[in-house]
Amino acid sequence: MKRISIDPVTRLEGHGKIEIFLDEQGEVANAYLQIPELRGFERFCVGRPAEDMPNLTARICGVCPEAHHMASTKALDDLFHVEPPPAAKKLRELFYSIFFATDHTTHFYALGGPDFVVGPTAPAGERNILGVVKKVGMEIASKVLKMRRDGHELIQLIGGRRVHPNWGLPGGVSRGITEEQRRQIEELGRHAVEFARFSLKLFEDVVLKNSDYVKLITGDIYVHRTYNMGTVDANNCVNFYDGMIRVTGPDGREHAKYHPRDYPQYVAERVEPWSYLKFPYLKRVGWKGFVDGEDSGVYKATPLSRLNAAEGMATPLAQAEYQRFYEVLGGKPVHHTLATHWARLIELLYATERWVELATDPEITSSDYRVVPREAPTEGIGSVEAPRGTLTHHYWTDERGILTKVNLIVGTTNNNAPIAMSVKRAAQKLIHRGEVREGLLNMVEMAYRAYDPCFACATHTLPGQMPLEVVIRGPDGTELRRLRQNL
Amino acid sequence: MSTPTAEKTATKGKLALYWAASCGGCEIAVLALDEKILDVAEAFDIVFWPVAVDAKVRDVEKMADGSIDVCLFNGGIRTSEQEYMARLLRRKSKVLVAFGSCAHEGCIPGLANLNTRQEIFQTVYHQTLSTENAEGREPQPATEVAEGTLHLPVFYDTVRTLDQTVPVDYYLPGCPPEAERIWEAVQAIVQGELPPAGSVLGPQTTVCDECPRTRSEKKIKEFKRTWQIIPDPQTCLLEQGLVCCGIATRAGCGAKCPQVNSPCIGCYGPNEGVRDYGARLMSALASVIDADTPEEVERIIREGIPDPVGTFYRFSLAHSLLRRKKLAQA
Repeated sequence: MKRISIDPVTRLEGHGKIEIFLDEQGEVANAYLQIPELRGFERFCVGRPAEDMPNLTARICGVCPEAHHMASTKALDDLFHVEPPPAAKKLRELFYSIFFATDHTTHFYALGGPDFVVGPTAPAGERNILGVVKKVGMEIASKVLKMRRDGHELIQLIGGRRVHPNWGLPGGVSRGITEEQRRQIEELGRHAVEFARFSLKLFEDVVLKNSDYVKLITGDIYVHRTYNMGTVDANNCVNFYDGMIRVTGPDGREHAKYHPRDYPQYVAERVEPWSYLKFPYLKRVGWKGFVDGEDSGVYKATPLSRLNAAEGMATPLAQAEYQRFYEVLGGKPVHHTLATHWARLIELLYATERWVELATDPEITSSDYRVVPREAPTEGIGSVEAPRGTLTHHYWTDERGILTKVNLIVGTTNNNAPIAMSVKRAAQKLIHRGEVREGLLNMVEMAYRAYDPCFACATHTLPGQMPLEVVIRGPDGTELRRLRQNL
Repeated sequence: MSTPTAEKTATKGKLALYWAASCGGCEIAVLALDEKILDVAEAFDIVFWPVAVDAKVRDVEKMADGSIDVCLFNGGIRTSEQEYMARLLRRKSKVLVAFGSCAHEGCIPGLANLNTRQEIFQTVYHQTLSTENAEGREPQPATEVAEGTLHLPVFYDTVRTLDQTVPVDYYLPGCPPEAERIWEAVQAIVQGELPPAGSVLGPQTTVCDECPRTRSEKKIKEFKRTWQIIPDPQTCLLEQGLVCCGIATRAGCGAKCPQVNSPCIGCYGPNEGVRDYGARLMSALASVIDADTPEEVERIIREGIPDPVGTFYRFSLAHSLLRRKKLAQA
C-alpha cells in the first residue's frame, strides 16, 4: 500500500502530522491526523495551589492564554463557592471580547483570508498575508495591524500582560479600570466595530461576489454532517464568556442543552494509540469511528458550530449578519466547513459590539470587582468558548485548596476527529488512481485551516501559508514522488 | 545602521529562530515587535524560522557548521525530535540564545519533572474523568493499523532545558520575554555589543527595582494566599503578606503583574549570580519573616506556602539543583 506523509515544516512538524494511505488502485484507503506531543498538565498540576491555575494553564497555549486564564478563573469561582460581583463578570467579559476580536482578526487576515482574498489557486508565494496586502492595499493592512496592536495593548492594560495575563481570581479580578481607561477602551472599541464591518464587507466583495469561491464553499469537498456545540445565553444567542452548552444534531434539532458542570454526562474522550491527543465525542450517541451523521458522536466546536448551535446573536449588527448568513447558504444548519471563515467574521462583529456595550456599561468602572471567598474549596468546573471551541477546566482540591485531580478538555481537542475526517475527505475527493493533483497540498491545508487548529499555532502568524511536503512512498517505503509547496 | 544597502547586504548576518516544546507565546512575543520585525529583517537574513520563513530542516542540515550567526531557540527539550533540533542548531550556529523561560529554565511545563512519563500517561489516558478507555490503550511509538505502521516520537521522562542538552551562549529570560527586551538583545547583537558568553541578557536588578509600589521595612508574621485578601493597591505586596517573587526575580518585565495588583510569579528567573532560583527565593522570604526562632520561621512558611516546590520552582524546576523527582532505579 502506498502512503503519503504530509510533514509540515512549521510548528506542525513537531505538533501534527498527516498520513494518507492509498490502496492498490491508488484510491485513498484512509487518512490519519497524528499529534506527536503531550505535556501532561492534568498530572503535574496536581499538588499545586488552585489559585495558581489561571497562570499555570495559560502556558498550555501562548496564542490563546486568555481563554485558559478565563476558564480557569471561572473554575475557581465554582471551586470556592463564590459568586463574583456583577462588575467583575462584566470586566472579565469585556477583556474576553477584546481578546476574541483580536484573535479572530489574526486568523482571518493572516491565515484563512489569503486563500480567498488572493485565491486558492494563486501562486503559493503570493498566498500569504503579504499577498493579501498587495491585493487589498497598504491602507487596509495598516487597519489590520492597528486592530491587532489596539487589542493587545488593551489586553495588557486590563490583564497585566500582552501574553499570559495575571488577573483572574476566585470571586473576581485583581484590579478594575479607571474612567480614563474606560474611555480609551470605548474609543478603540468603536474603531473595532467599524473594522469588523469593514471585514465583512471585504468578505462580501471578494468572496461572495465570486461564484467560484461560493461553489468551493458549498461544494462537496468540504462538508461534514456532524453535531455542533456552542455556549448560549438565556435567549439561545451565542456567548463566549458564559451560559449553557447547547448541542444540535446534523438536522439542526437540539440534542442537548446543559450546564457546563454537567459535561461529564455528555462528553467522553477516546484514546488512540497513534496520537497523543484524545478524541472527544458525544457520550449519549457513542463513538462509531471517524464518520459523520446522526449515529456518530463526533461533534464540531468552531465558529460555525456556535452559530449552528445557537438561534441568533445578542447584538444588532451581528444578528443581521447571522440572518443573512443562513439566507445565503440555504438555511440552518450549515455543514460546509469553509463557511467557518464567514462565521468567524460574524463572531468578530459580535465581539466588538459586545466590547463597546460593556465599555459603556455604567458599572464597568465600579470598584466592586472582587469578593473574598469564605467557604472551603471542594470541586469546581469552569467553561468558556475559546476561539477554537468549548474549553472546560475541572478541578478537585483538598480543604486547603491544593489540587488533587484535574481534567481539561481544550478547544481544538473537540475538533480532533472532525479535522481528521475533513483531511481524509479532501484527500478522497482529490486523489484518484494514485495521481496526486498539484492543488492537493493547499486544498488539504484548507480543510483543516478552517478549524484554526491550535496545535498549529504557527499558522496564526505571518505567512498564512504553511510550507508542506507530500512524500508518496511505495509499499516498501521507497520514495516515488515528492511534492513541495513553499519550500 | 546607515550604511548603503549594497554594503549592508554584504555584511548582513544570518539569523535562525526555532521552537521546541513551547506554547507559542515566545513567537507571539517576537511578533509583538510589530513594525520592528521589518528592521530585524533588514539587519539579518532570516535563514530559518518555521513560523515565517519557508526553509526546512533539511536546508539547515545542508548549511556549513557555524554558518548561522545567531539562533534564538525557545521551548524545552522533551522528545528525541526536539533534542535533534537542539544539537543541529547548536552545530550550525555561532551564537545560540536560550530564548524565553522554557529554553532557559524549563518553565511551567518543567513542573512535569515532578512526575514520570508513566504517571502522566496513567492520568491522561486512563484516570481523567471524561476518558473512556476500557481497552487500556496508550499512545505507542509504533502502531500497526490496517493500512500500515504509524509512528510517534518517544516521550521522555524528563523535561530538559536547552543548556542541559547543548552548550548555550546567552539567555533571554521571561515567559515570554517582553518585546522591548527582545529588541534590545537584537540591537546588541547587530552592534556587536554582546556581554561575555554565558550571560543573561537583561538588567542585573530585581523586579522590586522596577515596581512602583511603596516599600518600607518588611516584617511578615504570616503569608497570605492571593484569594484570601484584597491587597492595598499602593503598598508592596510582600509587605502585605503575599508571596510576591519580585524580591528574587530578575527585572526586565517592568513589574507588570504588581501593577495589576497581582504578585510577581517569577517568570524572569534568577537575578545575576544566582545558581538556584528557588533557594534564593526561599532565603529572601525567610529573611523578611518576623519570628524569633527557626521553628517559628518554618511554621510560617509551612502554613502560608502549602506547595513549596510549585511556589519556589514554578518556572525553574528543570534547571534547578533539584531538576526532578527521583526516578526509581530500573
